[in-house]
This record gives sequence, structure tokens and C-alpha cells, in this order.
Amino acid sequence: MTEEIIIAGFGGQGVLSMGKILAYSGMMQDKEVSWFPSYGPEMRGGTANVTVIISDERISSPILNQFDTAIILNQQSMDKFENSVKKGGLLIYDPNGITRHPVRTDIDIYTVDAADESARMGSAKVFNMIVLGAFLKLKPLIGPEYMHKGLEKSLPARHHYTIPENEKAIERGKEIIQPKFLLN
Amino acid sequence: MKDIRLMKGNEAFAEGVIRAGCDGYFGYPITPQSEVLEYLAAQRADERTGMVVLQAESEIASIHMVYGGAACGKKVLTSSSSPGISLMQEGISFLAGTELPCLLLNVVRGGPGLGTIQPSQSDYFQAVKGGGHGDYKMIVLAPASVQEMYDFAKLGFDLAFKHRIQVMILSDGAIGQMMEKVELDDQVPRMTNEEIIQKYPWTTTGKTPDRERNIITSLDLNPVRQEIINRKLQEKFKKIQETEVRFERIQCDDAEYLFVAYGSSARICQKAVMLGRARGLKIGLLRPITLFPFPSDELAKLSKQVHGILCVEMSAGQMVEDVRLSVNGAVPVEHYGRLGGIIPAPDEVLHVLEENFINETMISESAAGGERKS
Amino acid sequence: MPDTITREEICQPENMIYCRTPLLTDAPLSYCPGCGHGTAHRLIMEVIEEMNLQADTIGVAPVGCSVLAYDFLDIDMQQAAHGRAPAVATGIKRLMPDKFVFTYQGDGDLAAIGTGETIHACNRGENITIFFVNNGIYGMTGGQMAPTTLPNMKTATSPFGRDVQTMGYPLKITELIAMLPGTYFVSRQSVHTPANVRKAKKAIEKAISYQKLNKGLSFVEIVSNCNSGWKMTPLESNKWMEENMFSFFPLGDIKVPK
Repeated sequence: MTEEIIIAGFGGQGVLSMGKILAYSGMMQDKEVSWFPSYGPEMRGGTANVTVIISDERISSPILNQFDTAIILNQQSMDKFENSVKKGGLLIYDPNGITRHPVRTDIDIYTVDAADESARMGSAKVFNMIVLGAFLKLKPLIGPEYMHKGLEKSLPARHHYTIPENEKAIERGKEIIQPKFLLN
Repeated sequence: MKDIRLMKGNEAFAEGVIRAGCDGYFGYPITPQSEVLEYLAAQRADERTGMVVLQAESEIASIHMVYGGAACGKKVLTSSSSPGISLMQEGISFLAGTELPCLLLNVVRGGPGLGTIQPSQSDYFQAVKGGGHGDYKMIVLAPASVQEMYDFAKLGFDLAFKHRIQVMILSDGAIGQMMEKVELDDQVPRMTNEEIIQKYPWTTTGKTPDRERNIITSLDLNPVRQEIINRKLQEKFKKIQETEVRFERIQCDDAEYLFVAYGSSARICQKAVMLGRARGLKIGLLRPITLFPFPSDELAKLSKQVHGILCVEMSAGQMVEDVRLSVNGAVPVEHYGRLGGIIPAPDEVLHVLEENFINETMISESAAGGERKS
Repeated sequence: MPDTITREEICQPENMIYCRTPLLTDAPLSYCPGCGHGTAHRLIMEVIEEMNLQADTIGVAPVGCSVLAYDFLDIDMQQAAHGRAPAVATGIKRLMPDKFVFTYQGDGDLAAIGTGETIHACNRGENITIFFVNNGIYGMTGGQMAPTTLPNMKTATSPFGRDVQTMGYPLKITELIAMLPGTYFVSRQSVHTPANVRKAKKAIEKAISYQKLNKGLSFVEIVSNCNSGWKMTPLESNKWMEENMFSFFPLGDIKVPK
């Protein structure tokens, strides 16, 4: 099993930390993992993206241009990465702020209303965990106990009190994800 | 139980430095490697092992602080990225001239000038051919994973003291910034002053009545003696060329076509090898781990086996010169590089290899009635 | 031959009234006759001997006339790149905090190419001692203009005199670093008369003892002559120094512990 994922959106949406939690959780489940970020000024409000690979085998290139799954959180990233999903692959996006929806027919496309849902949950901070939950619903690569360990490892101890809230958001993401055609 | 963590390359290097029993770090912030100093500061490296961590006023000051510490026999290092390493060349030349052991990390970004903060491999010549003045070489290690960023801290210090030489870890922004799994070792204790005096009697530790004074200098105005000093240095480099070559062969045994790449380019080529093999192409990868000493003999051997070599670098073509020298015309050697901080993709480099060698071979095969071009 | 005394008869311990410190080597000094460097070397080594610090001392030689200082001083020494001695000394002292670490630098080294390293080592309050020999000229490379060359003073690169409009003003770096909180003791001395030699030695003693007390950076400037570079006899150069240098670089303590 090798899952090659790109997560892309605005800096500040928690793109990099979502990738980190995913990678850490994969590692806790004894998988090989890599996390390759865009870095530099892009981190400060511009677009941010991270390539995460989870595999049973040694990972060759941590840097890719074709992905099994793309998790897209803004329009620029949609424009940039829609065509980078492998044929038969998966694209998950939050339709909030998307003006040009994906059009490919050779991949599975799902939406997750994470921005609205996080507002309903009363914390914009769990936005990325809702998205992560949506991904895990479709690709259950990592068990909940390892997600818990991954959260413990990647969050500093002073933020450990937020773990239940984050786990709740992951579960919520699993519930609200839906195939794109339902949107239309 | 194994201590396994998910770390950035820069952080793993810094952790490796602490655990290798390092005595002192002197550095100046620059993207994309500032995490090294930040990690050492956040980890309270001074409390963990007593090592000194100091932010200097410039890269120039950093490298000369390294000089002062190295001359006392201490395990010292600095880290920087391309423009900062350019500033350090004066000090590196002085370290070479005085044969002082130390560790240098270059997390390469694109140039020339201020260039870009994105990853690049355009400092190969500077690292391998000697960026400062005078005839000298450093051992240059090229990590291709976060684990190697960690491992090469200790390996680097070991080689530096074994040969009294500067060891440069030539990394890049991709390896420095990405996170992978790292397995950590136990802490190596720092050496005491008494142990240093015992093991490295050449160090400036204060002249005691039982020995002559120790002088660390690269100056000798007498040309006859200066030539002897230089010849001695060259002998050392020759010995290192003979004994310290490191490389990794990936699917080379039956390879008909070969990638040669180091660092993050090697990871990309490794994926290209997998993609190519899935399509029935016999492709291998030779990954130099030491860039000096360069694995010339291994390449010469492989040149008798393969039909073409593609050297992939994030530069306009630097290591390819050493590949061509090693192969010495035995087989066609082509170069493929992306510049300015752009990282090539696996299918991209595979396509270039096919275009250069395989498609051409197929054309000539049909032209020559199926006979293989060699 | 009762009327003549041999050299051996004179050189008896009971006749000894002065000798050089054993911490100076037998190597003949490479400095021009009349230059102040030899006296400055001697004073520093005398103090190190008197304070019994030979085994604890690591010195840093600069680039300039004193580039070969390690040939004359019987202590462990490192030769630094031009201007970098304060950074080198920082590296040594941070890793060997129990040692006595000093730099010995000229004006070009300390106040031109090494200004950054000088100011930042001073500002960090490194526990090192800097000896700064200021003769207003680049001696070793043949008498070019230095950062401390006086206005209108002629040098090889200011052959019609230093024009401050185009070449800038002499830099009073000692006053400058005295303003920094990291410096503890800053003094300016000379070694051209016996009285000045005694004062200079006192300042050197203080500078070294303050380092032993971990008080921060101590700095002793020695205003000196360069009879070759100034194209004068040694006596003329000392007179010229008194008449011209001391008014711009007044002697005495600049910063003393409160």
C-alpha cells in the first residue's frame, strides 16, 4: 500500500499541520511516511501545500507531481492540482470559496463543508481536522487509536487538552463528506 | 525501545549534532536552514550536554568561531545556506590550511546572488572543487533522507577527526524542510579536555612544561616549506579518495540505463527507476553519498555495463563533469537539470532518459535491422 | 689578565638587574628597530609569566606586522584571518572558559576589516582581552592608509595627505567600544618612554586579572609609532607621535570598573 496525497490551500488553514498529524499517525501505525511542504514566504498568508506519503515500503521520492488523493481548500490550489490527480484517484474539496468546481470525470470527487461545519462547532481551528476526517472516511488507512497517538505526538503538551475536540471534528468530517454530484 | 520520531531534516541534523557529543555550534540565521539554530536553542542543548550554542553576528564570524574552537580540539560546527556559505569561504580556506576538523552544513538554495529560497543543487562545484582560495578539498557528504541528515552529523565528526579535515554536509532545501521518520541513537558523551589533550596533542589547550608550544597557522612564507605543506595536504586527499568513497547502488545489477543523482534528485530518480521498471525498462540508479571522494571507480565499472547515463541535478550541470571524467567516454553521458528552485518530477526525468537513450536506441535498432546500439 | 673582565664573568646571576622573560622565545624579532611592538610583546609576556598563566593562555595572532607573533611568544597560539581574531577568540573562550584568551591586533585588522567582529565581541561581553596596537598605518603591507590615519597624514595610499572629505575620518574605535555595556575595562597607553611602559604594564595587568574574574571584555590600546611607515627615525617618530597622535588619541583609562 502506498498513498500519495497533496493537501493544498491558504496559509493559516492548517494545511501543514493536517499533513503533519496524518504523517505522525501513519508513523505510529508503523508505516513509512514523508511530509514535504512548500516553504518560505508562501507560509505567510499565501498558498501552502504539503505532500504526504504513507506507505508499507520505503518511500522513494517525497516530491511528486501525480497524486492518489488531492485535498483542495482554495481556488488557486484547485486550478493548480485538479489535473495532478492520478486517473481513478480521489479529489476532496471544501466548496466554500470555490468558484470553478472540478470537472474531471475520470476521478472520484467529494466535497466536505468544513468551513461551515467548523463555524457550527464553534471553533475555526478544527477546520483542518474535519477535512482530515473526511479523507479518512474514504481512505481508512489509519486506525482511530493511531490518530490519537499522532495527535499526541504532533501537538505540544500544552495543547493536549484540545485532542478530544480534534477527534470529535475528525468524526464529524467522516459524517458530512459527500459525493460531488449531490451538490449539483 | 527504539527512539523513533518524525522530524524535519534540519531538526534531525541538529538532534544528530547534540547526540554526537558536539561541543559547540556557531551560526547565523538564513532560510531554509534556520531550524538548526532554532532547534538547538529550543532543545536547551546547553543544558542537555553542556554544548555551546551561539548566534554570531555574521556567517564570517561564525566560521571563525568554529576555527577557534576546532583548534582547541573541540567538536564544532556551523550551518548555513548558499549565500552564507559563500561568505564563509575565507574561513573554510583557513580551516583547510590549518587542517582543522569541523562540520559544515549547507542547506542549498538557488543562486546566483540572493537567488531563491527554494531547493537547489547549484553549489556542487563550490563544495567539491574548493570554494575558497588555495588547493584544498573537503569531504562532502550528500544526504538523501532525513535519517541521513541525522546520521551524517556523527559520521561527519568521525571523518573530520579521523583525517583532520573539514566535512561538509551538502543538503538542500527539500531535504532540510521535509519530515520523515528518524531513528535516534544514544547520546555520545562529550570529550573532556584531558581526553582531548591525550588524543589530539596538536591542539591549543595551553602550553604545559612537558611539550613545545602548539601553533595553529596556515602561514609559511618559505616557498620550499610551503610546497611540502601542500604536498602533504594532497597526499591526505589522495588517501581519502582511496578509502572513504561511499555510494548506494539501486537496481544496478541488471541495469542497461543508469541515473546518477545525489540528495533529493536521487530520491526523484529512485521513483523514476520504479516507474521505468514497471514498464519493463532496465534502469538503475547510482547515488553518490560522498561527492568528494567521488565514486569514480564504481562509475567506470558501470559504464562497461550500461548503454547510457543520465545525470540528474538541480543545477545547470555540475556533477555531470565528474561523471564524464569517471566514464571517460566509454558510454554517452547526458545531463538533465532544473534551475531556480524547481524540483524535477519522477516521470519528467524518466521521460528525459527515454528520449535520450531508449527511444533513440529503438529508432537505431529498426534502422540497423534490430541490432542493438551499444 | 686582571684588568679585563670577560663576558662570562659579567653574566653572573648576582650581576643580573634585568633580563627578558623566558616566555619570549629566542627568535629574533622581525619588527623594525624602534618599533613599539617588541615592547608590547614583552610586557604582555611578563605579565603572563608573573601571573603564572603560561599553561592557561591561548593567544590569537592577527594579520599585520604581528602576523608572526607566535614565533616570539612561548605560548599556544592560533593565527587568525585578517580581522577575525575576536571571533576566533570567542570560539576559544566559549569552549575553554577556564583559559586566558587574548587577541593582539593592529589598527587595520581591528578597526577596518574586523570592525564587525570587534564590536560584536565587545558587545557580547566576551570574557577575552584585546590588545590593540594603533600606529595609524598599515606597516606590513608597506605604509598604506589605516582607519586610524590622522587627517592630512601622508601614506602610500594617501600620498597627498588623508583628505577627510573623500577618505573619511580616523576612527576612534576605542572610545566607541567603551560605550558598549559588554566592555569592562578600556584603556589607552603607549610604550615609548619608561614611564609610559610602566603605566602600560599596569593596564595589561588589570586587563588580564579582570578576565580571570569573568568581568567581560577588557581592551588595552597601545598607541605606537611606525618609524618605517612614517618615514622617520625612531626618535623623530616618537616625537611626532607625542605631538600629533596623542592629541587625537589621548592616553589614559577610558572606562574603568565602578
